[in-house]
Amino acid sequence: MVNIIWVTLFVIGLVFAGINGTMDKVNEAIFQGAKEAVAICIGLISVLTFWLGLMKIAEKAGLLKGLSRLLQPIARRLFPDIPKDHPAMGYILSNMSANMFGLGNAATPMGIKAMEELKRLNGGKDEASRSMITLLAINTASITLIPTTVISIRIQYGSVSPTEIVGTTILATACSTMGAILVDRFFYYRRMRKRM
Amino acid sequence: MEWVTTISIWIIPTIIALVLVAGTLKRVPTYETFVEGAKEGVQMSFSIIPYLVGMLVAITVFRESGAMEFFISLMRPMLQAIGIPADIVPLALIRPLSGTGALGMTSDLIATHGPDSFIGRLASTMQGSTDTTFYVLTVYFGAVGIRKMGDALKVGLLADIIGVLASIIIVSLIFL
Repeated sequence: MVNIIWVTLFVIGLVFAGINGTMDKVNEAIFQGAKEAVAICIGLISVLTFWLGLMKIAEKAGLLKGLSRLLQPIARRLFPDIPKDHPAMGYILSNMSANMFGLGNAATPMGIKAMEELKRLNGGKDEASRSMITLLAINTASITLIPTTVISIRIQYGSVSPTEIVGTTILATACSTMGAILVDRFFYYRRMRKRM
Repeated sequence: MEWVTTISIWIIPTIIALVLVAGTLKRVPTYETFVEGAKEGVQMSFSIIPYLVGMLVAITVFRESGAMEFFISLMRPMLQAIGIPADIVPLALIRPLSGTGALGMTSDLIATHGPDSFIGRLASTMQGSTDTTFYVLTVYFGAVGIRKMGDALKVGLLADIIGVLASIIIVSLIFL
């Protein structure tokens, strides 16, 4: 699936550039894209290093366990495959809370850490497990309470009321999160039926 | 307005203080534990590089060749027919592919239509309520070496569609 999409993006792009005469732009794009990717990862080093260090303390102090126990009723329904009190749950919940407050910087390290724990739960296989897909779905729908970046853009362009979109964003994000969970469930049951 | 800025400024320092105090009370060797966890962060960032380079180069080539624009213009009449405003179509289509692209487009829409116009509000809501599915997928799965993604991409993209439609419906209902 990924392989096909990846090659398709290239092939369509290259054919188009040939027809459109934008091959010079494509040459530029190859290096620009690679550079941007490395720049993002370099930017991630500082964030990942700091947050994973801090989260290790939180984990050892039992804070993650406390958080997951607090939200256990919801979390258990969302991720029925994860055993009770497993560290993965703590990271998943920290990831979700960080997303809610628009702390994308903090959300990514915790999401990755959660994935790592989920992979261990799945016997270290290179295949996405049910819980991994659910976590991913929730992250792509991005539950947000305070869309900080958007608010700052609105302030920049002189909005009379920069925060008036907070309400609509919360409603929209609630819809997309619920939608993501339902779609995820649908595909899970379809996989189960196929296997039988 | 005030309270949102105040919350954003206080939230991270509060979390840090909470973790450090709790760690100290539980007699966790805080500094050593921090370094131990932080080391993983360094390795993780480097392990993401190949995945992100591969994906971003493909997406940038697709965008810069003019192919993305062509597909957007192709889909515009269809999406307009089901009530999606023409100006918002490019943003809706770019959002799952490119985070920086979408952010640039949102700023552009807000700049041209004004932050308090219908399009400005819609763009703001859409930007805030969806995420760059390809990036999330690449980074999260790349970092831990998941190769078989299963239904993850389909689920993520469908969630994006739901988010876009929900934004349009909700903003229309509230602000029109």
